[in-house]
Amino acid sequence: MSLPPLTTLPNPIRPAFTKGLTPGSVIVNIGPSHPATHGTIQIVAEISGERVVRTDVHCGYLHRGFEKECESHTWHTLIPYVDRLNYCSALINDFAYCEAVEKLMGIELTPRCRHLRTLLAEYSRIADHLTCVAAALMEMGAMTAFLYLVTIRDYVYEHIADLTGARVTHSYGRIGGLARDLPDGWLKRLEEILDQMDTFVDRVHGLVDRNRIFIDRMRDVGVIATAEAINWGFTGPILRSTGAPRDLRKDTPYLSYGELEFEIPVGIKGDNYDRYYVRMREIDESKHMIRQLIDLLQPGPVSVDDRRCTLPDKEAVYTEIEALINHFKLIMDGPQVPAGEAYSAHEGANGELGFYLVSVGGGVPWKVHCRSPSFVHMGGVHKMLDGYQLADLVPTFGSINMIGGECDR
Amino acid sequence: MNTGGNLLDRVQASLGAQALETGMAHGILVLQIAPESLAPMVDRLKREFGFDLFLDVTATDWPQRRPRFDVVYHFYSTRDFVRVRLKTRVEEADPTVDTLVPLYGSARYMERECHEMYGIRFRGNDDLRPLLLYEGFVGHPLRKDYPKQKEQPLVPYRDVQP
Repeated sequence: MSLPPLTTLPNPIRPAFTKGLTPGSVIVNIGPSHPATHGTIQIVAEISGERVVRTDVHCGYLHRGFEKECESHTWHTLIPYVDRLNYCSALINDFAYCEAVEKLMGIELTPRCRHLRTLLAEYSRIADHLTCVAAALMEMGAMTAFLYLVTIRDYVYEHIADLTGARVTHSYGRIGGLARDLPDGWLKRLEEILDQMDTFVDRVHGLVDRNRIFIDRMRDVGVIATAEAINWGFTGPILRSTGAPRDLRKDTPYLSYGELEFEIPVGIKGDNYDRYYVRMREIDESKHMIRQLIDLLQPGPVSVDDRRCTLPDKEAVYTEIEALINHFKLIMDGPQVPAGEAYSAHEGANGELGFYLVSVGGGVPWKVHCRSPSFVHMGGVHKMLDGYQLADLVPTFGSINMIGGECDR
Repeated sequence: MNTGGNLLDRVQASLGAQALETGMAHGILVLQIAPESLAPMVDRLKREFGFDLFLDVTATDWPQRRPRFDVVYHFYSTRDFVRVRLKTRVEEADPTVDTLVPLYGSARYMERECHEMYGIRFRGNDDLRPLLLYEGFVGHPLRKDYPKQKEQPLVPYRDVQP
């Protein structure tokens, strides 16, 4: 077996430029598989000395036809695909998608489901921010801080696995509710983890916040102003790092966010340091929200009692013909969603995560479109890379937290 | 304090005349418009009504319908916290709409995706290179007539040795 010679392989991309603007500048290709790119992304950059003149960012290496695939699954069976968009905070994807379907079906959630979804969304946000900050720090050589943060993240993953059965892609949301209620002792362990998190996060603050090397790499690097950020479609921690307190949890409250007390941390000038700090502060706010939600949680059903979407109890399926048929129809035909279109947006860990669904009636979607924050951010990321040093590309890219799963879909 | 409801009323009263159809759907103002009124209408949405965040552009394929495609835009106001959806229909023979690049930087990337997935052409966007797909990919995979199982490997498959 012989491989074709490398030179005959077609180039999957056509770079925006192949010649430098200034004499002496060099075009370099970075990625798509590079240990420091924090995701599968390709950057073609023109370099003059150590300075980046311009960049052309290519994504798509993780494209797997999410939207096409959804069109041949029922509304219910595509939930595992939704998990794989932002795999660092899969539960937020689940809940945003389910909410869009629930809008089409006109379903009102039970109070326990609303509170639990909010709690788990915040828990996922913590895991996502921990991952982002940890990886960004590791890429700058802060191995200890990385290990502290992924240690606590692993506690979170294991803990969510106790509830959902999976560490990363949980498939826990259901249309009209959740897959199951909390197991015994889950909330007690949750409080333990939140306390341990305080310890670990404080250690990281102590290690890097006022660290000379860290500040030199982060301060005044990758700066973006609010107007520019909005023009390029930035949302989430990146927009907040510019000083704009824009957060869908506050601006258009959904789930239980209207009942919670929390602040929106913002940065000063939209550089890498601000993005680090906004994420760290959001972890604190999420912990604060989770503690409030633990108090708000009351016993009750986690799924609506609606035969159009909720599976009947297993015991009834085995003993009553109506329940058996109901179960069969829900699995084989899928939940029957009325014709129409809906857009639902949640504050994902990286920004506005929207689902635009089109239904023509029946159990299979006509169209499922995901407005993913990472993808839109990749369209404007050159604004934060151009003009800085080549080495700055690594922390800047790390602070954006591009997630290939949701960027490339 | 949310003044968004009033804003949507004002938008509807002011832009409704240029729209073919207007209505509210799950809290979002939906305006169905003709392709040629897209750019002027978005310009007014941005400058007069403060819809400063261009969220998303995608398309919907209705193979049995003429015109075949809906091009769907979502906008958000970071001041009033409301959303507007614009929908415009284009023919399969000439699926062309004006680009929004002069108004929003984010349009550049999102229009590239919509172009490769549905074949919608954005007049004035000079960068419609493939983005999630690769150079040389034939067809538009999110069109309903593109078979899901079709493969176009960039590197030819190799025989498996027995």
